[in-house]
Amino acid sequence: MSLLARAVTLLVAFLAVTAGIVFVVVHILLAKPPTVDFTAGHVAGRPVDMTVMTDPVNDVSDHPDWVSYFVRSPQTGKWVHSTIWQLPAHTRINVTAYEFDTCDPLRNQVMGQVTGTIGGVMSVSGETIGVNGKAISLVNSDTTCGVAHTFTVPSLGINVPFAGVPYAVPLSKVCSLGPCAMSFLHTTTTFSFVTPGPGEYRWQCFIPCGLATVDGNGHAMSTIGFMTGYLDVVS
Amino acid sequence: MATTTPAAPDSAEDPAGAGEPRHGLRIFLLWVVPAIAADLLLWFVYGPHMPPGGMSSSAASQQFDFKVMAVLATPVVLFVLIFSGYAFVTWRARKDDDSEHDGAPIRGHVRVQVAWITISSVLVLGLAGFGTYELIAPNGAGSGEGPSPVWNPTGARLTVAQMTAPWRPGHELVVQVIAQQWLFTFRYPQFGGVETPKLELPVDTPIQFDVTSLDVIHSFWAYQLGVKADANPQVDNVAYTTTRQTGTVNVRCAELCGLWHGAMYTDGKVVPAAAFEAWARSTQAQLASVTKTLPRFALIYTPNEIKGLNKLYYQAGLPGAGGGYYPAQYYPYEP
Repeated sequence: MSLLARAVTLLVAFLAVTAGIVFVVVHILLAKPPTVDFTAGHVAGRPVDMTVMTDPVNDVSDHPDWVSYFVRSPQTGKWVHSTIWQLPAHTRINVTAYEFDTCDPLRNQVMGQVTGTIGGVMSVSGETIGVNGKAISLVNSDTTCGVAHTFTVPSLGINVPFAGVPYAVPLSKVCSLGPCAMSFLHTTTTFSFVTPGPGEYRWQCFIPCGLATVDGNGHAMSTIGFMTGYLDVVS
Repeated sequence: MATTTPAAPDSAEDPAGAGEPRHGLRIFLLWVVPAIAADLLLWFVYGPHMPPGGMSSSAASQQFDFKVMAVLATPVVLFVLIFSGYAFVTWRARKDDDSEHDGAPIRGHVRVQVAWITISSVLVLGLAGFGTYELIAPNGAGSGEGPSPVWNPTGARLTVAQMTAPWRPGHELVVQVIAQQWLFTFRYPQFGGVETPKLELPVDTPIQFDVTSLDVIHSFWAYQLGVKADANPQVDNVAYTTTRQTGTVNVRCAELCGLWHGAMYTDGKVVPAAAFEAWARSTQAQLASVTKTLPRFALIYTPNEIKGLNKLYYQAGLPGAGGGYYPAQYYPYEP
């Protein structure tokens, strides 16, 4: 091989390695879902309405078989694949959560109680745990297998278990394309909470729903944008 | 600046040594005064404020250990600094000194050898004995002793029946620390097995922490209590302490355990016994419906072995989530 060929080979190899490193850094290490802004146009003292969904699949990421949250953009009304939500401080947040996933028992049943919401309750409808439309403060996921995911902010004491779609239903009725269409079986949970002062508050799901990973807490459970994220509370 | 040869002043072979000042005495006098002053300041002024404080017996014990360590180490550090400074200022090689060979070797000096071995042995064995006593006898180390503790404050390991008997003020309080990704919860078997995300303890009370995990390895670190114990799945790791002061306790995970390890912390409180009992009774009543859904109090839990769950997964053709340890092909089928 001539000197020129060797030099070119070396240069190409160097560029390939550099490109690989840049790709890993930009695409993986620095990757971050978009922040969904609920503060734009917010009038102080007025509540904020937020709508989210939890899906068994998603078709908008590199990991379509991972369970995931979606949030409805207040600006466009479209579903956004993000778990970073910017909220105004000291404001009532009215949450509507559509849950399309099947159930899993909680690892720790203490997370079956509703805490940190206004009144310490949530309202569930369209589900299978027999409390259609009632305000409840507890779901026993062991006896009913009634919880699919949770919305939990440990530092704020907020925990809301979402009732799940049972396994016994025909698979054709279970959502297999995320974000899910409302025609698929789902439950609807509503609750409200009040944001604290400015700061970043991490939240996560406490159902170990990282399918086929050790202890169920890998993959979606450990990746911001899927089943965990943070509330970016601003003044 | 004085310039002298580096030879020892008492060397019989070095006639120049006859006129040398007594460097050893000078260094000793330069060292002993700041060493004593520093030790007194450390023990009486800074010592009471050393971490982790005196909120519990184990914390106070660790603070005592830090004080002893500081009082022993500070004179050594000072000696090194003073000796180095003295040598730098005092001793210089002469321009015409071309001797680069070593001095005469010391051989067969029995008194030096005996003194060296004796002093070293006394120091090492004494510190080993002192450390062992301090670790075990008065207060415990504050660390996990595993499921079969060697030392405990009451002389006997409580049985599960004793751990679930109603608590009385002044008696040992059992707190089960349950770690999971990424949260600590605390279970009080003497109050009906109620479980809360907040740690609350009575003051002047011996505490038995039973630390376990529901998934991966965590570590329960109650900083102001001087308690740090690994939380392993399927293991009951017991740690003891006795609360001595009221105040706030910071609890953190001290074992890298995943994405939100850095956010796995909470606060606790040490309060008067009456306030604790009132809190525990009201919490027990308030969370009665939740407590009913919890498994019966046990030293360890196996949340990944929920009866019937595997069958559900199998029928649905799903791999094992729900905390399953195995991928789908290895997931055991429950008929």
